[in-house]
Amino acid sequence: MTVPGLDPTATPTGYGRMLRKEDVRLVRGRGTYVDDVVLPGMLHGAVLRSPYAHARIHSVDTSAAESHPKVRAVLTGEMLAGRGMAWMPTLSHDVAAVLATDKVRYQGQEVAFVVAEDRYAARDALSLIEVDYELLAPVVDARRALAPDVPVVRDEIDGRVDNHIFDWECGDEAATDAVFAAAEHVSRCDLLYPRVHPAPLETCGIVAECDPITGRLTVHATTQAPHAHRMLYAMVTGLPEHKIRVVAPDIGGGFGNKVGIYPGYLCAIVGSMLTGAPVKWTEDRSENLMSTSFARDYHMHGEIAATKGGTILGLRVRVLADHGAFNGTAQPSKFPAGFFGVFTGSYDLAAAHCRVTGVYTNKAPGGVAYACSFRITEAVYLVERMVDVLAYDLDLDPAQLRMANLLVPEQFPYLSRTGWEYDSGDYPRTLAVALDLAGYAELRREQAARREASAQTGRGELMGVGISFFTEAVGAGPRRTMDIAGLGMADGAELRVHPSGTAVLRVSCMSQGQGHETTFAQIVAEELGISPDDVALVQGDTDQTPFGLGTYGSRSIPVSGAAAAMVARKVRERARIVAAAMLEVAATDLEWAKGRWQVVGDPSAGASIAEIAMAAHSDLELPDGVEGHLDATCVYNPPNLTFPCGAYICVVDVDPGTGHVSVRRFVAVDDCGVRINPMIVEGQVHGGLADGIGMALMELMAFDDDGNHLGASFMDYLLPTSVECPSFELGETVTPSPHHPIGAKGVGESATVGSPAAVVNAVLDAIGVRHADMPLTPAQVWRAMQGRPLRSDLAIR
Amino acid sequence: MQITVTVNGAEHVREVEPRLLLVHLLRDELGLTGTHWGCDTSNCGACTVWMDEVPVKSCTVLAAMAGGRRVRTVEGLAGPAGLDQVQRSFIDCHGLQCGFCTPGMLMTARWLLDHNPDPTEHEVREAIAGQLCRCTGYQNIVASIRHAAVTEAARRGAA
Repeated sequence: MTVPGLDPTATPTGYGRMLRKEDVRLVRGRGTYVDDVVLPGMLHGAVLRSPYAHARIHSVDTSAAESHPKVRAVLTGEMLAGRGMAWMPTLSHDVAAVLATDKVRYQGQEVAFVVAEDRYAARDALSLIEVDYELLAPVVDARRALAPDVPVVRDEIDGRVDNHIFDWECGDEAATDAVFAAAEHVSRCDLLYPRVHPAPLETCGIVAECDPITGRLTVHATTQAPHAHRMLYAMVTGLPEHKIRVVAPDIGGGFGNKVGIYPGYLCAIVGSMLTGAPVKWTEDRSENLMSTSFARDYHMHGEIAATKGGTILGLRVRVLADHGAFNGTAQPSKFPAGFFGVFTGSYDLAAAHCRVTGVYTNKAPGGVAYACSFRITEAVYLVERMVDVLAYDLDLDPAQLRMANLLVPEQFPYLSRTGWEYDSGDYPRTLAVALDLAGYAELRREQAARREASAQTGRGELMGVGISFFTEAVGAGPRRTMDIAGLGMADGAELRVHPSGTAVLRVSCMSQGQGHETTFAQIVAEELGISPDDVALVQGDTDQTPFGLGTYGSRSIPVSGAAAAMVARKVRERARIVAAAMLEVAATDLEWAKGRWQVVGDPSAGASIAEIAMAAHSDLELPDGVEGHLDATCVYNPPNLTFPCGAYICVVDVDPGTGHVSVRRFVAVDDCGVRINPMIVEGQVHGGLADGIGMALMELMAFDDDGNHLGASFMDYLLPTSVECPSFELGETVTPSPHHPIGAKGVGESATVGSPAAVVNAVLDAIGVRHADMPLTPAQVWRAMQGRPLRSDLAIR
Repeated sequence: MQITVTVNGAEHVREVEPRLLLVHLLRDELGLTGTHWGCDTSNCGACTVWMDEVPVKSCTVLAAMAGGRRVRTVEGLAGPAGLDQVQRSFIDCHGLQCGFCTPGMLMTARWLLDHNPDPTEHEVREAIAGQLCRCTGYQNIVASIRHAAVTEAARRGAA
């Protein structure tokens, strides 16, 4: 029998380069992003935002707006308070205002929401709303947030008299102090990782449809975590969770920006409840940059202890974390500083300790995002910058210094001094591959020759080489210790093989460009020995998929990918029982040959997955207790995080007259364990490297003394273009994760995490400066060369 | 005001507000949602379409300015014979991830190859420098456009 959709001659495939299934619609402009969703009778929302960073609201007069002929509803904080919806829970045990009631706490905060018949009318009506503000002094500089004389941002919380959020520490303080007291050499440095923004090309948006008859709420939204959003909507609106359906259609990039829920989403939902019509809200770029989840904003003081010969002994770190006006970081609950605790990096230390203090300021909340794997970007920047500072102070080669101190394979699994169990890796080999690929010795020779020529002529570009070796910790995570908003971070998967042998996999995570439709099909294909073309993926619809925490922190493959492999293995075992019944042999007499169960010693007697699937749905008599059909479900609870690593080498040329930096080369050697689709892995790395170049050289959300946002458009918040990026040179090592079902470690954020330090190290190497903070704009580089680097997070005075 | 605009070969007559942006005419009035909107400031280029055979950023062109002119969008790129070569090459070279910048990139790529059939890597990078991509680091976009150039050259050579 010939089964439609199956080519019996097709070779079973699994891992390897495979073109993406997503692309055939996306290159035609036939994707469906949230703003493409149009429902009958749909209305449009717009948000009125605060022009001030800190001000008390005395009144909000909406009467003129309400009388606009195309306006259908106007929402205010007072109105939401009457419904118990003026505040929403954050992902960090805090609350955030939906629409401001008492005061506004950052520029761009949501004050009112208009629902109108079209986009333009909704915007028009915003200008008709009169808000009476009383200006308050803002808290802008995080380093002054705990001073006794500054205003209290969160004075609505009973008994609160300061802007302190939390203190968190890890490592052994006494042991670390002892190592430092006895050390031959200590290098110290203040490092700012400035506030930046993920800025996905698609801004955040929603189409909310509340059915007045059934009470059912359907939202089409830009969400990386549909199931978590459903629960949060239930908490805020009071609607029962089974009456809420969250649909994530195509997502135009996330990078962490679309993990949490935003006031605009909730206002659209309320707008739909009030009007009985669907309401679409799409933020503009300024709204996205000013109000949605930022990243970083870590003020760090690092100390590194070593012998004079360059044996690294210890790290001691103090961090001041600017969390903005509401504590909205999307970290696992028990980790208020995320996974910053991996700041010991890739080195074998005697001791380490860090203390992180979080503070409120009059800036937007968030702190989740930008491909950061929960603050590991900050941790890697800290340690990789400190190693280069040490190399500078001791006059050592930064490559040799790293090679001499890296963990070696025999130490794995390695329990770090701050309590993380690194699963696997071959760090020295990974660095060696990168040095070889870069031609490191030749680069240093070229640099010496150029320096000599420049010293003689006083002319010529300065050349620098920067190295970063990172260890990532991704795939959150074990339920025992990791949850977000009380939801343990395990992921479900469901796999059903149809009678004709094609299959559908349902997962809880949600692609924002990572190519899940392709990669997850390849995982099932590898396990069942069928073609990836015959595996469909369902994702991003809470009515259609099992529960799970979503796609962020590089967790799709480490957690949902593991679930996909495990559920496929369950199906494969069920297929074995069915095959045994078909062939009238004992299941133990069968062996798996990719795609087929066959009799041991008689390979001609066997059945393919397609044949077994048909039989499983037929009248074939199955053993007692064995259900028919060919499907399974599972929930994967990771036993540990996975720990990808990589060695990055950046080569830059700096114009000493202007401070302009050109990235000449970028070599990146990643070890993300088993690569399911190398093409997709490499694409992810390319994107992350561009992120790193952007953050190191261009991207910055600075504020002036009044708390005005100075990076609120793409004219001011500069992202790297094709001319700032070089052609990247990639390499790989592969040490499979020993605890992951397919040995994969995740890669989505590795390059974003690892690359900024390499770029900064290269620029500072070029100009011979010990340290200057990002972004290394021409002005910053030039000033650093004059010995006067700027503090970049505040406006230039 | 009333405008008549030809989009992908089809003539449309619409009553529009003078302030209506071309990107909104295309997306909201004509249902051509392949053209995306990503900033407000002509920086990201997700909204790039052709107007009279020249790429423009439709977020900063008034619909009224397109009156009497020919507009081509990503939906008009594929022909009766199937995908345009730039579309095919973006698939073959993994030139897209989330796909949001892709329609604009494709329109610029097609324009570049129509005017410079054998661009260098540098020329390709210059051509797309007014368009942002947050996923690919541009590497595979550049590779895709070069791949399309080489493929089309081979096809011309064979013809």
